[in-house]
Amino acid sequence: MRRDNRPHGVAWWIWALGLAAGALRTTNPVLLLVLGTVAIMVAVARRSGAPWGGSIATFIRVALIVMALRVVLQVVFGQQIPGHVIVTLPSVPLPAWAEGVSIGGPVTVEGLLTALVGGLRLGVVLICFGAANSLASPREVLRSLPGALHEVAVAITVALCFAPEIIAAVLRVRSARRLRGRPTRGLAGLRGIAVPVLEDALEHSLQLASSMGARGFGRRPAVVAPRRERLAIVGVVVGSLMVLIGGYGMLASSSSVPAAAWVGILGAVMATGGVALSGRRSARTRYRPAPFGIRSLLCALSGWTAVVVMSVVASVAPGTITWSAYPLTWPSLPAGVLVGIAAGLLPLLVAPRPSAVRIGEPIGAMAVTS
Amino acid sequence: MIRFEDVSFRYGSDQWVLRDLDLSIEEGELVVIVGPTGSGKTTMLKMIDGLVPHFTGGEMLGDVVVDSRSIRGTSPIEMAETVGYVGQDPTATFVTDRVEDEVAYAMENLGVSPTAMRRRVEDALDLMSLHELRERPLRTLSGGQRQRVAIAAVLAASPRILVLDEPTSALDPGAAEEVLSSLTRLVHDVGMTVVVAEHRLERVLPFADQIVLLGPDARAISGSPRSIMEGSPLVPPIVDLGRVAGWDPLPVTVREARRRSGDLADRLSTVTPPSPSLITGEVIASVDDLSVTYGGPWVLHSVSLEVRAGSITALMGRNGSGKSTLLGALAGMIPADRGSVSVDRLDPSTLKATERISRVGLVPQDPGLLLYCQHVGVECTTADSEHHLAEGTTAAAVERITADLDHDRHPKDLSEGQRLSLALGVVLAAEPLLVLLDEPTRGLDYDAKRALCIELRRLAAEGRAVFLATHDVELVAMVADRAVVLAGGEVIADGIARDVVRHTPAFAPQVAKVLAPQSWLTAAEVATALSGVES
Repeated sequence: MRRDNRPHGVAWWIWALGLAAGALRTTNPVLLLVLGTVAIMVAVARRSGAPWGGSIATFIRVALIVMALRVVLQVVFGQQIPGHVIVTLPSVPLPAWAEGVSIGGPVTVEGLLTALVGGLRLGVVLICFGAANSLASPREVLRSLPGALHEVAVAITVALCFAPEIIAAVLRVRSARRLRGRPTRGLAGLRGIAVPVLEDALEHSLQLASSMGARGFGRRPAVVAPRRERLAIVGVVVGSLMVLIGGYGMLASSSSVPAAAWVGILGAVMATGGVALSGRRSARTRYRPAPFGIRSLLCALSGWTAVVVMSVVASVAPGTITWSAYPLTWPSLPAGVLVGIAAGLLPLLVAPRPSAVRIGEPIGAMAVTS
Repeated sequence: MIRFEDVSFRYGSDQWVLRDLDLSIEEGELVVIVGPTGSGKTTMLKMIDGLVPHFTGGEMLGDVVVDSRSIRGTSPIEMAETVGYVGQDPTATFVTDRVEDEVAYAMENLGVSPTAMRRRVEDALDLMSLHELRERPLRTLSGGQRQRVAIAAVLAASPRILVLDEPTSALDPGAAEEVLSSLTRLVHDVGMTVVVAEHRLERVLPFADQIVLLGPDARAISGSPRSIMEGSPLVPPIVDLGRVAGWDPLPVTVREARRRSGDLADRLSTVTPPSPSLITGEVIASVDDLSVTYGGPWVLHSVSLEVRAGSITALMGRNGSGKSTLLGALAGMIPADRGSVSVDRLDPSTLKATERISRVGLVPQDPGLLLYCQHVGVECTTADSEHHLAEGTTAAAVERITADLDHDRHPKDLSEGQRLSLALGVVLAAEPLLVLLDEPTRGLDYDAKRALCIELRRLAAEGRAVFLATHDVELVAMVADRAVVLAGGEVIADGIARDVVRHTPAFAPQVAKVLAPQSWLTAAEVATALSGVES
């Protein structure tokens, strides 16, 4: 998949993170819907043929569940929000210390809409991650991490490969239990499945660890310059924290965006420096690293136009990108922001259509055979 | 190149796994380690690369010197440059998710320069004929392909010693041959030292330079294949035939045996080989125009067959030809997309659990999956109470298959053969009419295989039907009366086992290859025939 001119895996993740940041920046349901649509369109049109290519569908389903759950929780347990009452549910009086939580009571249009938009925000963020997953496997991204972070990357990679492994193990054990005519549901079923699956998982991890050891994982030369080493670690930790703070500042509507941006940029520089410094002593080499070319750059940046435009618009006309149920009005449609979000579709022009790769072996076959 | 100097080893417990092992392996040799299940083959292999004792712990006496470095002072990580180790289950050792990345993984760790790495990946892919598959995600590969990727992945790091633990046990005869011929190519063209543990001697014996035979007393003897085979209790059918025919020296390849078979063929010419007809018992299970997809291409495509009481049917075919799926469908585990399956005139997939397991029982490829109690004894009593049987029924069923099963052991600590017996016993406790076995001889030595054959024949004699999927042609020759061959999800041959296996070169047992066109399948048959002629 790195042979053709597809954008770099990291580019896809930056793109998706940009869209997700956009979704967190706004509470305007129309903008959120447009963001989600952009992510889904690109993911469906440019996803890779590999097994993880279909993960966008799963994420969309999860997003819908999250939204539904959010609304249901609001109706049943949520704080009672005044407004236009649709229906009044029977309510249970709660003692005074449970303030803020209520069971039942009047359901208002405002309350429902607030919950729905809150759920929509979470859902769009999830969809952005789903899109990133479909477009580039997380492993592809982890492979590109600098040498200094290699051990961390491998740990995450192994954890990631563990999830499908567990699903396969559960299916195997379930079908074996059905063969013996034992329950596969309920509490008895859960215990009967969980124990062998965990045993399996433990055994698998040990095998994997020994295989990695036997193949030279963890080899590194002795530390040459301990002081430089320490400096590098401080750089990475402090830098990462600053990126975090800066990112939060940019997304939180109350703080000053330019100041937050500066903190973030400075942090990024420090972290990169630290990584580069400690990466020098890594004895590893990398097989056919993917180039990060102009296409990748355009892809990565296009995801962030939405946030940038939103930040600019917010400083000029704060009301346009936020929306609240009080008073009950239609959300506004700022044309500039819409264009900014639509720029997220740029990968459709820049990235080539993926070549069709046929993948066989459905998971059902594995359940019995392996 | 590798020297075991008076090595003894045990895993903490009191029983030695290896005792006074003294052995040297020269550069460029292909060494095969042979022994019954649980005799320490894997332990010995893992010592070469230091995984035992560094990774497992245990008590070790003596020393193993590999490329003039002692494993006592060298960790497996440092040994990685010299030794490449391929474990029993390649899937469990994959670190990345694509063929090419997996092949490059070890070299990345060793810090090989990018240009050299590029070249070596290509070489390894070529050597293992994986060129077409380089972009494929690992989990979409077949068993044989995975095994080849695992070998390529250690080869690429250009070790001087390659260690493989049962590299062909999960493979169909064709794929096994492919892997073994790649190994011989490595020994002959590259001069690599290769150490292999293998149960199916018939597959590896022709390629071996030296055999190490691990005995039940944890001691080992080594020597040339011929000399070891003279006294070995574990021999492939071809050596068995040599013994029956009184040949000296014993043959180790089909070619050798074939060239000397003239007089044997003459002696046998007056005897008619057994020619059984198909068993015509009552139909226990029938499959009618069955098609299965898992939402993709056909896995099974209009398969029709009938399984009769008292018969033992072998289901053969390449890896991924749909054997396990057919077994799953017969057991009611896999829904039909078209057509129907019936066992005892009922559709097994709609039956309630208790009704189903008294009609059909399946022992899956990994029999350990059926077992999940903490002790063998508890496993047996649980099975009794589940099926409302008299206490001790399951234990008795297990006892019949293997006598010496310690009831206090954890099922995971049993040897492959014992685990299979236990799982089979548990399945048989429900007295199913149809017994399905998926790849039952994987990891079994010849003795355990013989015991299994006796048990299967007994089941058939009781009027049950046995249906087993296997790659093991010698097992088919020993026990099956009918063979069904699947290819691409379709039945391509179905008939008397004797005829089916003889007419397909890939599936023909060794004795049949030696004595063709006479239709003998096993050394035991020949022995009976000879005793008839001579008396």
